[in-house]
Amino acid sequence: MKAGARYSPGDRVRVRLDWPEAGAKRVHIRTPHYLRGRSGVVERVFGAYPNPEALAFGQPGLPAQPLYQVRFAQAPLWAKAASADTVIADLYEHWLEPDAEAHHG
Amino acid sequence: MRAMHDLGGVEPMASAAIDREEHALTQFDKNVDALMYLLSHPSRRIIRVDELRRAIESFTPLQYSSLTYYEKWLQAMHDLLVEKGVLTREEIAQKCAALRAETAT
Amino acid sequence: MDEPATHVHDHHDHTHGPDDHAPIHAHGPKPEYALLERAIRELLIAKGVFGAGDLRRQIDLMDSRSPSQGAKLVARAWVDPEYKKRLLTDAKKAAAELAVDCSNAPEVVVLENTPKRHHLVVCTLCSCYPKAILGIPPAWYKSVEYRARAVKDPRGVLAEFGTKLPEDVEVRVVDSTADMRYLVLPMRPSGSEGWSEERLAALVTRDSMIGVTTPTLPA
Repeated sequence: MKAGARYSPGDRVRVRLDWPEAGAKRVHIRTPHYLRGRSGVVERVFGAYPNPEALAFGQPGLPAQPLYQVRFAQAPLWAKAASADTVIADLYEHWLEPDAEAHHG
Repeated sequence: MRAMHDLGGVEPMASAAIDREEHALTQFDKNVDALMYLLSHPSRRIIRVDELRRAIESFTPLQYSSLTYYEKWLQAMHDLLVEKGVLTREEIAQKCAALRAETAT
Repeated sequence: MDEPATHVHDHHDHTHGPDDHAPIHAHGPKPEYALLERAIRELLIAKGVFGAGDLRRQIDLMDSRSPSQGAKLVARAWVDPEYKKRLLTDAKKAAAELAVDCSNAPEVVVLENTPKRHHLVVCTLCSCYPKAILGIPPAWYKSVEYRARAVKDPRGVLAEFGTKLPEDVEVRVVDSTADMRYLVLPMRPSGSEGWSEERLAALVTRDSMIGVTTPTLPA
């Protein structure tokens, strides 16, 4: 299942800065608003799962999307003072893009 | 631009105290939970959990804030059963009327 | 809004730990929803979508799910390092070893707390929770306040639950956004050396497996 996953643990990724819910079409999104456009690091690769954005509308959600556990530094998300605290979230591959920048906390 | 249910970090809730009171489940809660389990069971797959969430996410803000957790589930199940043609709006309304008449006597 | 149909004050005499101190209130549904539930249930049974027995069995099964199942897994992991490895790699399989059945349930991932890292689980989009292991989530876990606050102010949330962690411990908030349901493997409290698995399991509360508290020895 893990074959075909574009990213590996340790890779820097950026969550796409996209707002499908702002359009006229009804959508179901699993990428929380507070992570859009944010940079993180892949912590784990879980294999591929049918895309819930399609399952939510009765479609099969195929091809399955690789799912990643991605780690973000807590402070930059809320413009707080730097700390060691983090947030992890599970994100599907189509929401991620490579992040070349080296600063992510 | 965030959707109503996409609550991470959203003020003023993110600064509010958490009500830690324990709520025992009512028979209603248990029935609704079990109904959803049976409808989503792989042997039936009538309503997927992703669909239930999508239906809840398309509530009006008033519905979202005024219904309890399991009332939301039930309203969403109702909407999806009608959407999928498993039950019709009319037969549900008729059944409710019949039950109301029964309990009134 | 209508008054709830029932408002049962059910003061239990539990002594399981800090989770159970508050009185337990039951909040009944609005009358029109109570009616709607019965209508939908009876129509689906009449149409043969499922039987009344299926419903009863599922309710019994959920009633049998409780944090004590999770506590059993945690206690075993505390005393058996090989079991802990299996629990951290394949939680559903490791749960099955202890007769905790998670078939037909979403994936479960167990995250280990260490002296350097503490996990706190939330679902900001919904209320995802490892129901197969812990049962139905508490009301506060589903509240908009907890969902909004845990990712932004985790240390404030922990403090509300009476949990203070040193600054050099990484608080790792886990937002359950997708197919995984997360269970925290808390740290074994010092002073519990040599305890039986059963005695250890009694230290493991629901809240400590969500990550809002840490297990402590009875005063």
